[in-house]
Parts: sequence; structure tokens; C-alpha cells
Amino acid sequence: MMAASTPEAARRGLPFGLTSHSSFRVLEHDLLVFRRGWHSYILSGLSQPFLYLLSMGVGLGYYVNRNGGIPGGVPYLDYIAPALLVTQAMMVASAESAWPLMSKIAWEKTYLAALNTPLGATSLLAGDLMWIAFRATLISVLFFAVILLFGAVSSPLAILAIPVALLTAMSFAAPIMAFTATQETDQPFNMLFRFGITPLFLFSGTFFPIENLPLFLRPLAWFTPLYHGVSLARGLSLGQIDPVADLVHLAVLIAFVAAGLVAARITFRRRLEV
Amino acid sequence: MNALRLSVPAAVTRPTRMVERNLLVYRRTFMVIFSGFFEPLFYLFSMGFGMGALIGAVQLDNGSSVPYAVFVAPALLASSAMNGAIYETSNNFFYKLKYAKLYDAVIATPMSLSDVARGEILWALLRGSLYVVGFLAVIAVLGIGGLGLISSPLGILAFPAAMVVGFGFAGAGMAASTFVRKWQDFDILQLAIMPMFLFSGTFYPITAYPPALQVFVQCTPLYRGVHLIRALTTGTPDLWMAADVAYLLVMGLIGLWIVAKRLNRLLLA
Amino acid sequence: MPDSLWSQDSVIHARGLTKRFGAFTAVDGIEFDVAPGEAFGFLGPNGAGKTSTMRMIGTVSPVTAGTLTVFGLDPAHHGAQIRSRLGVVPQADTLDNELSVLENLLIYGRYFGLSWGESRRRAGELLDFVQLTERSGDKVEPLSGGMKRRLVIARALINEPEMLLLDEPTTGLDPQARHLLWDRLYRLKQRGVTLCLTTHYMDEAEQLCDRLVVMDKAKIVAEGSPRQLIERYVTREVLELRFNHEGGEAGDGIGGGGAAGLAGADRSTGEGADFDGQLAGLAERIEHLPDRLLVYTADGDATAAAAFERGLRPASVLVRRSSLEDVFLRLTGRSLVE
Repeated sequence: MMAASTPEAARRGLPFGLTSHSSFRVLEHDLLVFRRGWHSYILSGLSQPFLYLLSMGVGLGYYVNRNGGIPGGVPYLDYIAPALLVTQAMMVASAESAWPLMSKIAWEKTYLAALNTPLGATSLLAGDLMWIAFRATLISVLFFAVILLFGAVSSPLAILAIPVALLTAMSFAAPIMAFTATQETDQPFNMLFRFGITPLFLFSGTFFPIENLPLFLRPLAWFTPLYHGVSLARGLSLGQIDPVADLVHLAVLIAFVAAGLVAARITFRRRLEV
Repeated sequence: MNALRLSVPAAVTRPTRMVERNLLVYRRTFMVIFSGFFEPLFYLFSMGFGMGALIGAVQLDNGSSVPYAVFVAPALLASSAMNGAIYETSNNFFYKLKYAKLYDAVIATPMSLSDVARGEILWALLRGSLYVVGFLAVIAVLGIGGLGLISSPLGILAFPAAMVVGFGFAGAGMAASTFVRKWQDFDILQLAIMPMFLFSGTFYPITAYPPALQVFVQCTPLYRGVHLIRALTTGTPDLWMAADVAYLLVMGLIGLWIVAKRLNRLLLA
Repeated sequence: MPDSLWSQDSVIHARGLTKRFGAFTAVDGIEFDVAPGEAFGFLGPNGAGKTSTMRMIGTVSPVTAGTLTVFGLDPAHHGAQIRSRLGVVPQADTLDNELSVLENLLIYGRYFGLSWGESRRRAGELLDFVQLTERSGDKVEPLSGGMKRRLVIARALINEPEMLLLDEPTTGLDPQARHLLWDRLYRLKQRGVTLCLTTHYMDEAEQLCDRLVVMDKAKIVAEGSPRQLIERYVTREVLELRFNHEGGEAGDGIGGGGAAGLAGADRSTGEGADFDGQLAGLAERIEHLPDRLLVYTADGDATAAAAFERGLRPASVLVRRSSLEDVFLRLTGRSLVE
């Protein structure tokens, strides 16, 4: 399945592995696995946004709107929908870069088997990045479809929330993959999610404006990619464009992706090419 | 002679040996357990205070108005008791049952399968009790600070009430796990847990729902747990609390009964 | 000996013992007794019903039909009491990978109801006994197969059992590890621990067992001491004749062996009949294998000389004492059991 026919020399000749066919073979493997369980991905990809939008957007939104609503008079459902989309993509990508990757490296050791073929560490990294990007995109597209069903968009630009979600997802996936490749057990992941991902989910302006946070916490939100992803997607979705702020958001996201990629390439090679 | 020594206190002492085993394991990874304490607190601060500013006051069942944080705190406690119990009896239990084959070794000793099941549920409750105590302590301290999340001395009973919630879900979760064949099957369990978490009067009063839906939600176990704990912390007790306790205890006991049956089939073939 | 007498003295007493899984019969009405202090073995190919029998004795698998008592007790009603006096070494290691070597023993002692102090005392002694004291703080995962098996044996001894059940105790171990294990089991036997084990290694059965039963297809097909079984089912010696199958005499069928030749057991007719004629009267029994002839005889050297006189010219001649392996193959056939 993973036995590539690419000759050894071809891999060595290519600079980053990204342009070779080999990384696509890693992706092929992941897609093969995906093919067996796609219906459960689709099911949860549709049911989760539906349930969240119904509970938080409509149910909780009723009480928010009754109390005067979000400053600026946006319906709470419209306010929360793009943010939940980005958050969901981020969560899926983060989880996928932790436990399943750990399994490939250390538990089921599928990477070890792959390394006996002409695939190198960089191809494995590139292939799995593509796989996570694929999952994040799928989740975002499904989520967006549910948002449309709820009629919670006010601008055609809203569809750009999908690429923003993808970018945010990768700004988490790449650094976490880099981190995973340095770990021996999955224990740090529990810490990472408890003290990193979950608080971000709760405090990055997803559910309420960060202005509601105590003053000393607000600058913290500025340094997290999720806050920038959420702000950017929300602005697009509501049709409230602020060119300067949006460019800053974009730059921060890209910086996180780039730094994560560089780090991941180093840690993957250190871990796998020994 | 031997028989006597084993039979009388064994039903009580044997399950605790599973707890000892888990303590040995977690002695080394104390942080994993300790960190679980923070999750409900993060939710409390985010929902109670961040969202509270947006929502203002909400009405309790008896018509009195309370700040949103007072409304949501007991629900987060109940949800946390549910999630803790489910996590320990689903993923962790399944791993020990199917992958580590832990219980195959245990039942070669005088320990029986129901000792194993009762011991693991006891462990889930003990672990959960740490979080419950921590959570209650924090909201009590906030109360001293003038935020008043517990408005009744009955609030002290929230601790045993959360244990009852934990027991109900631990039994049910473990029963469900004995039917699981592969990890993906737990997605189905999540499909039951998540809607309960989102719609059981956790984040807003169910009076927003149409009457038929309200009745349906009132029949779910998490709603009963939320109702029970909220009645205690807000000092609005009613007769339904007896139904809450009975519902959750019966759910846990039925769960345990199914677990014993299923483990017999799985391990004593 | 009358049944009642046996059952009083026996550690294990089985009559008509049967285990069925749905329509499949794993153990079919077997009868045996194990005496205190005895080393008793179940010998048989994979799927013969050995493990099912062991699991019934260990009270982790209910008896379908027949009688089984262990220490004179009924497994269906006194499982916990029986298990408290048993030590079990299962086929798979089932160690607790989340605990250290020492902790594995400590908690097992607790499962048996020992106090922590007593558990600690015995664990220390047992680690010494199985030569794992230096690894006591280590995790279980990185231990070698032999070490893990020794740890399982130590674990099985934590309750000072009267009987040890061992299901294929040395499968998958290297020769050094096997010999170390045999030595420890022999010492236990010297101390009076009853051993009940399954194996498909003949050397292991000969080394360890006072008495054994050969199981095949859910039934017991023979019973006795290793020596008795050899005397009863095979001759004292075996003469192995190998022919160069390009050469004249042995061309007929011998060495033609592909898979079909291997699967065909004991073909004493057909192409090989020529040899039977030439060797007539010299042997009790002749077995044709794809690559050689096995001639069962009391005196291998004399038979070889006689065969030579009759004009047979084998490429190689080997005379050896017959072993349990010959008994085993005679009783359970040579075809592959999967």
C-alpha cells in the first residue's frame, strides 16, 4: 500500500520532499484509511455544527439577544457561527496532530514501515500536513453548509471563512506536529489540551467579545492564532471589513504556520532520520 | 476456613484493590489527574462571567431571577461529574479490557468480575470527587468574595449529589463500553453525550423549548442531575429531587448489572 | 482404583469433562486425575483442547458437561476459593504494562488479599527466585520474553499456591531462557508444588512431567509417564535412512516430496512398498517420509546392518533413541494443524 516505486535517488535529489510524489503516497495512505470511515466523519462533521448552532446560537442566543445582544446589534447566532466554524477546524486539526500522529510514530509505528520505502521524514510530514488540511477543509465546508441552513450569514464574503478556518487549523497543526515528534508518551497532550486548546476555545472571543475578559487577560488573546482566525472570519462573515486589522490577523496566522512548518521539519528529521 | 475468610468482607474489600491498582498507576502521572480540576473552572469563568455579561439574569424554575453565573455553575458541576465518569468508564475501561487485557490477569485471582466492575466504578467516583470538591471550593471562595454562586446552605449537599450523578453515568458508560468493538464506536457514545451537554438546561432554562420538547429533555439523565444540583446550590428544593436521585441510582445499578452480564460473556468464555 | 478414592486424594479430578463453544466441541469428555505434588502435562497439537481444559481448571471458563473438581471443590460454586490456592501462568503474558516489575507483584498480592507488608516481603523473595531483582523498578514493556515469563511465574507464586497451572510456559523463548525456567519449575516441584502444564515441546514434557496425557481433537488419546508412552507406542530405537533420490533404489516416491508428500502421513503402501518388502521382518513399523524412511526397531545398528546385507544403499544412516516426539507424531499424525 505504502510501498512507493520512486527510486531512492529521486528522493534524495529533491530539496524539500514537498515536490516529490512521495508525500502524496503518505496522503494516499491516509485517504485509504479515511475511505473506510468517511461516513462517520461526514456524520459528525454535520451533526456537531448543527447541535452547537442550535444550542449556543439559537438557544443561548435567545437570552443574549433579549438582554440587548452583542454590542453593534449583531444577532448572536450570526456572531457565533463563523467563530465556531474556525474553532471546530482548529480543534480537529489539533487533535489529529497529536494522538494519531503519535500512533504513527511510536505506537503502531506505521512511519517506521514507511521509512523502509523511499519515503523520507519530510515526505511523511508533508503528506500528513496535506491530510490534516484535507480534514480541516472538509470540516469547514460541512460547517459552512450548516451555517447556510441556519441563514446565519450577512455577506457573500462569508465563504472566505473556509480558507481562514483552514489557515487557522494549520497554524495549530504545524506547531503541534513539531511538538508531537519530540514526545515519547501522550501524557503531554492531555496538558496541551487542558491548558492550551480548551482555554483558547473558551477565551479567544469565540463566545463573547474579549472586551468581556478581565483587562489583564486581553493581551493574551492577541497572541493566540485562534483569536486572529476568529476575528478575521467573523469580520468577513458579517461583512465588516477593517483592512489594517484584517491584514494583521492574516499575517499572524501565516507567521504561525511558517514557524510551525520549519520547526516540524526539524523535529521530524531528528526523530525519524536517525 | 479459607472460604470464610474470603466470603464475608470480600464484597467490600476486593473492589478497593482495583482502586489501589489505579492509584499505583496514577502515582506517577499525578498531573494528568490534577489538571482535570481546571477544565470545569475554565468553563465556569468563560460561561459564568464572559457570557454572564451578555446574558444578565435568568429565571429559575420557581420564577426567581438569578445572575447567569449562579444559574450555570451547578450545571457545569453536573456536566463535569458526567464527563469524568464517562471518560473513566469508556476510553480508560475499554483500553484495560481490550488492549491491556488487565482483567484477564485479575480474574485468575480470587477477584471476581463484579469486584472488577465495582472497583473501577468506585475509582471513577473517587477521581470525580476530587474535581467536585475542587469546583465547590472555588465557587464557595467566590461566594466569600461577594459573587455568591452558592446561595443556600443546602449547597453542601451538592457534593453527594454530584457523586450520585457520577455513579449513574459511570454505570451507564461502562455498560456501553462492554458493547464497543473498536475505538470509533465511541463516537456513537459521544453522539448521545454531546446533545445532553448542550440541551439539558445546562446553559439556559429549557422554558425556551416547546412543551413537548421540555418533557423529553426532562427525561434525560443529565437534566435530572442538573436539576438536582441546581436546586441545592440555589436553595430551591422541590419533590422532583427524589426522582432525580432515584433515576440516577437506578441507571447506575442497571449499568452495573449489564456490565456483570457482559463481562461474563467477554472474559469467561 | 475406585473413583471415590481418587477424587479425595486428587488435586484435579475430571470425569467426562466437556467444553463446547456453540456447535464446536473444544474438549470432549476427557477423564484424568492429578495427584498432589505431581507434575502433570497435557501434550497435543494446537487446537487439541489443552488451553480450554486449563481455563476450566483455572475456573475462568465454565464446564459445559461432566465433572470437574479442583482441590475437591466445584469450580462453578467455589471459584474464588479455588483461585486463591492456584497460581496461573497463561499463554499470553497479561502483565500490567502501566506498572513496574515490583508493582506488578505487589498489586497481585493485594488481589489475593495479602497485606501490603506481606506482599512486599514475598515480592522481594520471588524477584530473587526468578532473578529479576535488578529490574524491580523497571517498566514491564522493555523486558525480554524470557524475563516477562519469569515475572509471570513470580506473579503466579505470590499467593504461595498449592498448584501452578502453566499454559505453554516456554513457547517463544530462547534456549537459555527455557533452561532457566525449567530449573525454576523443577525447584518448585521439589518444594511440593503440583505442576499442571500444557506444551507442544516434547523435550519440555520429558524434562518436567511425571505423567502426561496426549490430547488430539478434543480427546485424550494416551496417558502415562514419558517412558511408558515411548515403550507403549514406539520401539526403543529409530533407524533413519536417507536415500539419494537421483540414485536407482530410492527413486520411487522418496524425495519426490512437495507439500503433498509432507501431508501424506505414514504411507506404508504404494510407491514405498518396495522398501517394505526389502525390510520385511527387520522392523516393527516403517514410516515413509518425503525425504527419508523411519524404521522402528529395538536395535537400530543391527537393523541397519541387516538392511545393508539385503542390498539397500542409503545415502545416510542415523540410529537414535526414540523420543516422545515419535509417540506424539504416531498418535496425532504428521499433517499440519493450523
